[in-house]
Amino acid sequence: MGATNKKGLAAWFERWVFSTNHKDIGSLYLIFAGVMFFTAGIMALLIRYELFEPGHRLLDPNTFNSMTTMHGLIMVFGFMMPFFTGLANWQIPMMIGAPDMAFPRMNNWSFWILPFAGILLVSTLFMQGGAPNFGWTMYAPLSTTYGPKSTDFLIFAIHILGISSIMGSINIIATILNMRAPGMKLMNMPIFVWTWLVTAYLMLAVMPVLAGAVTMLLTDRHFGTSFFNAAGGGDPVMFQHIFWFFGHPEVYILILPAFGVVSEVVPAFSRKRLFGYDFMVYAIVAIAVIGFVVWAHHMFTTGISLAAELFFMYTTSIIAVPTGIKVFNWMATMWRGSISFETPMLFTLAFIFQFTMGGFTGLMCSVAPADYQYHDTYFVVAHFHYVLVPGATFAIFSSLYYWVPKWTGHMYCEKIGQLHFWLSVIGVNLCFFPMHFVGLAGMPRRIPDYSLQFTTFNQAASIGAMIFGFSQLLLIYNMWYAVAGKGKKVSSQVWEGARGLEWTLSSPPPHHSFDKPPILKFD
Amino acid sequence: MDTSATTSAKNKRTRIILLAAAVMMFGFAYYVLVPMYNVLCSAFGLNGKPNLTQVAAADDVDMTRTVKVQFIATNNSQVPWKFYPKVRQVSLHPGENKRVAYFGENFSATAMTVQAIPSITPARAAKYLKKTECFCFRQQTLASHKHMDMPILFHLDPALPKDIKTITLSYTLFDTTSITHPLKRPQGRLSG
Repeated sequence: MGATNKKGLAAWFERWVFSTNHKDIGSLYLIFAGVMFFTAGIMALLIRYELFEPGHRLLDPNTFNSMTTMHGLIMVFGFMMPFFTGLANWQIPMMIGAPDMAFPRMNNWSFWILPFAGILLVSTLFMQGGAPNFGWTMYAPLSTTYGPKSTDFLIFAIHILGISSIMGSINIIATILNMRAPGMKLMNMPIFVWTWLVTAYLMLAVMPVLAGAVTMLLTDRHFGTSFFNAAGGGDPVMFQHIFWFFGHPEVYILILPAFGVVSEVVPAFSRKRLFGYDFMVYAIVAIAVIGFVVWAHHMFTTGISLAAELFFMYTTSIIAVPTGIKVFNWMATMWRGSISFETPMLFTLAFIFQFTMGGFTGLMCSVAPADYQYHDTYFVVAHFHYVLVPGATFAIFSSLYYWVPKWTGHMYCEKIGQLHFWLSVIGVNLCFFPMHFVGLAGMPRRIPDYSLQFTTFNQAASIGAMIFGFSQLLLIYNMWYAVAGKGKKVSSQVWEGARGLEWTLSSPPPHHSFDKPPILKFD
Repeated sequence: MDTSATTSAKNKRTRIILLAAAVMMFGFAYYVLVPMYNVLCSAFGLNGKPNLTQVAAADDVDMTRTVKVQFIATNNSQVPWKFYPKVRQVSLHPGENKRVAYFGENFSATAMTVQAIPSITPARAAKYLKKTECFCFRQQTLASHKHMDMPILFHLDPALPKDIKTITLSYTLFDTTSITHPLKRPQGRLSG
């Protein structure tokens, strides 16, 4: 880019805004995801503050609904997806021995349209009539007939986010398929790369479906169509079908890269090879494929036919099999390993335990007759938060602690890392575990008030949420600690048991990862 | 140099294929899913969506059993009409033709166009309830404070499963005065 002859702001601008380097763009993604994580996290704390006691406290009911909606949308589309894309940007070229991503300029685009989508999304909070308030699922007619004016901004934000993810996934697939080091077959790839290959295909398949669904919302709102309006021959339940046809693969988009991280961290700190690599790969593919035929388990109570309930109940239960394979293989990897408990491993161990709990409650929800009891209660809130927060988000923390020393060349502070882990694990369980009970007892989702008998458990949950939320400041401190070079310098190997091409590069790695393809040896 | 040139050619091809796949998925969602959903629902009677095609009157009556058909009326989001079935319940033999009527009166100060949307419970019975004539086949317009009887001529298919003894036919009245592009409905077929 010829940035050398410019100074100050212009040079900074060229370095970051025009960057086509996979590491720079990866960092930008991670920073964006971090900002979004705290934005949506503040909303979560406001929700928990409101629910600390029954009755009206801080938020009026409409604002409360906006908070739950925006919290969900921003966490899914602003935090998790960009975070994992950033991780893919940093790691995939280094892990497969490529110099950079396949399409560096497209890579720049797919990041730099994100902040605009983020601004569109967050700006709805300050609009007349309030932010979208119908839940992140955007069900019609709540989002069509009854949606606030800001819904249109949400729709366009989702369009932009979709374009960004599609460009990102095209880039990732092309990089993985065409730019592996000579001799690296698909079945030699690190498991994290495999999870991303499958995730990218999922994104390519379902993000356009979401774009289609929100476009229909837009035309129903403004152009007189009746896709979801029964009066004109449409059907509001059809929105749910289309949304969840996107939505269920979407949850695997959020969890598969987390599986990838865990499958890298467990062998490194157990000082063993990953147990059953082939089965891990097949399990990822199986989860992704079956994930396309389970969507209506979100809709058991919409009056779908008995045959459909049975079909979706069975397919959903079947997903537990490949997921179980993964959990058992992680355990088998640790079996008789020489395990050490640094921060990344702690978060990964917690992930395995807590994700499995979320998986089991998922299995409970998959049973159609039982789901009539759980539907739209805090039990469901507990379920999906267990897979996404103590699950996927813990994998995200683990990935940061695992690879940040490689990226920066400096260690984070292990003591602070351990403190961050323990506060997080206590806070997160104190927050979400009681929700199972209040849910089973009948406390509904998305309501700013509740019956008196739920007070104690809700107070526990709120205290847990505050502990979890504020302990993330330690993560910020620790990342700054490594990035600013406060920690001790690390070797290229960083972790004694780590394997893979990225550990053959210096720490921090050179600007272009592998100018010459590395020589591979597989044992 | 040679290898990097082939890599970039391969990348370009991958990009074209994947972009095409993304565009196809958008087209699938926007143009295919919706008609597919409607076809599947009316073919299998899912969601209690009745088959809206007009059929000829039946001639083959199953005298061995009697089925109750109940009628319900709902006004969607305060449509200012009086709307109710003139008969709440009829008993008939499968195959027997029956004529019933709903009453509609526009209580608003302006002319209004409405559309009644049927739903049948149990959903399994939906495909056996056949209508020869129904006010739900087309939109209905009434001037302010006018009223009318809106007829249904229907029969039950004798193939109706034996365990279904009661069927509920519900109509919800929607205000369509402002809807400019309704999705395709089978009302065109009534002209013949």
